[in-house]
Amino acid sequence: MAKTVVVTSGKGGVGKTTTSAALATGLARQGHRTAVVDFDVGLRNLDLVMGCERRVVYDFVNVINGDATLNQALIRDKRVEGLYVLAASQTRDKDALTQDGVERVMTELSEQFDYVICDSPAGIERGALMAMYHADDAIVVTNPEVSSVRDSDRVLGILASKSRRAEQGDEPVREHLLLTRYSPERVNKGEMLSLEDVGEILAIDLLGVIPESQAVLNASNAGVPVILESESDAGQAYDDAVARFLGEQRPLRFTDVPRKGFFGRLFGS
Amino acid sequence: MNLLGYFRSQRKKSASVAKERLQILVARERAQRGGPDYLPALQEELLQVIRKYVEVDQDAVQMHVDREGDCEILELNITLPEHHQ
Repeated sequence: MAKTVVVTSGKGGVGKTTTSAALATGLARQGHRTAVVDFDVGLRNLDLVMGCERRVVYDFVNVINGDATLNQALIRDKRVEGLYVLAASQTRDKDALTQDGVERVMTELSEQFDYVICDSPAGIERGALMAMYHADDAIVVTNPEVSSVRDSDRVLGILASKSRRAEQGDEPVREHLLLTRYSPERVNKGEMLSLEDVGEILAIDLLGVIPESQAVLNASNAGVPVILESESDAGQAYDDAVARFLGEQRPLRFTDVPRKGFFGRLFGS
Repeated sequence: MNLLGYFRSQRKKSASVAKERLQILVARERAQRGGPDYLPALQEELLQVIRKYVEVDQDAVQMHVDREGDCEILELNITLPEHHQ
């Protein structure tokens, strides 16, 4: 029985797909069989970030409609053993993800894998609700910015009322905060909400802080999950987050400004 | 704070403004959450019924849903004006 994890946020552009790719790759690298599923029907992008866009033959909706088997549609990652991608469909039909169809595919995935990562689309429409519905754990990706924090809080409310666990009265979905695009310099200047501020408002467990980093764009340009860029700050921060997700204790990194010398302090801005 | 920064204006930092605004907003949105979807419509209709008899303000009808175990408690608070015909 797999553990199902939704990567969600409400707001778009905060790093859900980057996080889904990094988390799935990190879990597979630790020896867990992992599938990462793109729920963004009509705006498929996980395949690009994972670098397998030219190998998509069948997608999620094909499997739901019975045009392909799940194993035909799963794309095996060539870099990491035990890592598979299920691409979203490019159809414009918003109702393509049927409740029953998604349920069947999730059940089948759950039998084959240790972890199923659901990359949610932005918003709180059908695709996002479907991605959240089956979750055991939720990673709420948030930027230190008012609109993102508000949307994250809204999503937490939906997880608490509309998920399968909520409907069936099971133990609630475990919620984890992942703060992304964090800039310690701007926090120090009082221009950006600090991780303590966001933590206080959302009041959920902090899984990790990913610094604003050139490495994220570079990695997505190349179709490499940023966690594989092990020299980069963002790659290391994701590696820490995956380790914490698996129960390891690791101190936060990249959340403080490196100390400046005397002249830097005098004249730096 | 560096020397240059010291002479810059001392206005409130934007991050603390953001935090205050969010705390107020999130608290309000959480209070509304969890209630049934028909709550806003019910509130509006109650207001209209009351206005047939008494002239009241837009915010005269306050509703709040509480949960105790399996039991939902709908708290309804109607403020009437002090002097009415």
